[in-house]
Amino acid sequence: MAPDPVVPTYLDHAASTPMRPEAVEAMVPFLTTHHGNPSGSHAAARHARRAVDDARDAVAALVGCRPGEVVFTSGGTEADVTALVGASLGPGPLAVSAVEHAAVRDTAHALAARGVPVVELPVDGRGRVDLDAVPANAALISVGLANNEVGTIHPLDALAERAPGAVIHTDAVQAAAWLDLPTLAAPAHLVALSAHKLGGPKGVGALVVREGTACAPLVTGGGQERGRRSGTPNVPGIVGFGVAARMAVEERAAKAGRVAALRDRLATGLLAAVGTAVETVVPAGSDRNHVLPGHLHLCLPGTAADEVLFLLDQEGVAATAASSCASGATSPSHVLAALGVADDVARGSLRLTLGWSTTEADVDRALTVIPPVVAKAAA
Amino acid sequence: MRVLVAMSGGVDSSVAAARLADDGHEVVGATLKLWGGASDTGCCSVADVDDARRVADRLSIDHHTFAYAEEFEAGVVGPYVAAHAAGATPNPCMACNREVKFGALLARADRLGFDAVATGHHARVAVGDDGVRRVARGADAAKDQSYVLAGLDHERLGRVLFPVGSSTKDVVRAEAAARGLRTAAKPDSQDVCFITRTEGRSRFLGRRLALTPGRVVDRAGAPVGTVDAVEAVTIGQRRGLGLPGGTAPRYVLATDPGTATVVVGSEDDLRVPEQPVTAVGWAAGPDDGELAWQASAHGGLRPGRFAADRVRWTARQRRIAPGQALVAYAGDVVVGWATAAR
Repeated sequence: MAPDPVVPTYLDHAASTPMRPEAVEAMVPFLTTHHGNPSGSHAAARHARRAVDDARDAVAALVGCRPGEVVFTSGGTEADVTALVGASLGPGPLAVSAVEHAAVRDTAHALAARGVPVVELPVDGRGRVDLDAVPANAALISVGLANNEVGTIHPLDALAERAPGAVIHTDAVQAAAWLDLPTLAAPAHLVALSAHKLGGPKGVGALVVREGTACAPLVTGGGQERGRRSGTPNVPGIVGFGVAARMAVEERAAKAGRVAALRDRLATGLLAAVGTAVETVVPAGSDRNHVLPGHLHLCLPGTAADEVLFLLDQEGVAATAASSCASGATSPSHVLAALGVADDVARGSLRLTLGWSTTEADVDRALTVIPPVVAKAAA
Repeated sequence: MRVLVAMSGGVDSSVAAARLADDGHEVVGATLKLWGGASDTGCCSVADVDDARRVADRLSIDHHTFAYAEEFEAGVVGPYVAAHAAGATPNPCMACNREVKFGALLARADRLGFDAVATGHHARVAVGDDGVRRVARGADAAKDQSYVLAGLDHERLGRVLFPVGSSTKDVVRAEAAARGLRTAAKPDSQDVCFITRTEGRSRFLGRRLALTPGRVVDRAGAPVGTVDAVEAVTIGQRRGLGLPGGTAPRYVLATDPGTATVVVGSEDDLRVPEQPVTAVGWAAGPDDGELAWQASAHGGLRPGRFAADRVRWTARQRRIAPGQALVAYAGDVVVGWATAAR
């Protein structure tokens, strides 16, 4: 008798979430019949231009900015790098939190190697920057609105108060699918976004550059995007991004509540079934209001992340240990180190992230599969 | 069987995986990320991981990448550096096989529900009349890797497969080409994977150790030259000792980083009747008969008998650097192993 087919249980939405079918549908004409270059002047070009500008309006509504402040990029990483390289003009230091995504962190390291003064801001056990460490003369501060590994949401207003002259950049790649950016990202002068984290396609993102903020282009050339990002725009990608952004705004409140309830059920169930499991950034008895609705990060002492992930993969459960190097092997997490998690505990890290398509059945299956896998890996 | 194949991205492990899949085993490939960052070159670089993954794709088997950098540092590189600091010259490939491939990986394979770990080593497993499994030489004498696998015991050998050990390298390459595997013409790997040819051993050690400049003296203690790093000098070496030319060749007889001294002498001085050893192990009990001892991966065989804490050579043999492994063969079969002592 053939074994039961394995039902894939996808719990890696923070790595990439499934595309919204509406976004796919909207993209198809621009991959097939509508091939105009939006920089041209004929009818086909004007059609593409209009589609890009519709998407720009949708992204602007997502962030709460003017459409002219949205600069489309190849993704979140390009947006982060553009912000840091383009706006770190000194003379004060560039200050980045110790838990930034590699797009910010490694760019800051590269700038430091070129002589830019860089300060790393330590974080507390929840992943929030120690405000006393923020240099009052900082030229640029980069702190993610929500952490990609552990999901901590970071208030930005206190940073702005601490260094009133600083330009504030925030990587909102993880936050955009869940949070009220018009309010929470308001203190930031620069905001990085990625389409595929909110149901759009990979390979497209945006940097919001608020009016009056100096940010030199990283990609120079034909002067597209008002000279702030040259290169022919990725029209189909941008169209898909626009649809996903519009849906994120429309569904935000309902989706966040529904997914947070699923996440809470998953967390409660796993913590009960796996006695050794420790929830990262959520002390026992605490609520999870400071964590993204889709994020559940656990440390499983006595296990190796590679082994837990392997066994979960065999069972058709997709998850991650939160950071992967170019070769695909898991590497020690700088985020967990910055949070003060002991090395031997961090070795068994497991990030489960839920998204718009996650169902009650996914949570049921995860609760069935994960505890025995952890027991096997800890043997 | 469920078999985990350690795929280095080279031709041997590629063919090993292909043969196991052909034989109907449930095969999963794994590349061990032992060393280096995202943009490194040499062993287990991203390019090697890519090759392994693409071969696995071609064979329609799953492929995973396992990070073993910590285990590699703690079990292989750290001890290698520490041994040099103490004037010894270990074989890091043996440590890697013992600690990583047939240590951490084999233990992981157990936990993950695999019946065996396979590698692309050119070696075989021989089962004696006594029922004991022993490492045996591969079919290709020039590529034989039984030396660096010495120390694998009966129990571990029961969970290890060497699918290309029965083939010559030419056959393996031809088979890879016939199967359309992209690694068919890939050059053989270098000796010590974590030391690049361009950097060399001395500079590698110089990054990890405070190297000791030393005096080179003759057997009577008279100074005859100097070296930049006693730790990088090996017994039997005759070049790079700062000796004047025009005399009979002189060889390193002993090194001591503690006193910053290298002792040199004639080739005759290099030959000794016996070699002290430590960490002695046997596949199936001690054997004091005459055995053929090998002191490096592709070194010649030296007839000798084991006695208590030394090997007595049938005829005088060159000194062996402390830390080097001595592997005892009976015919093509590994029967014992030891480490050269001072």
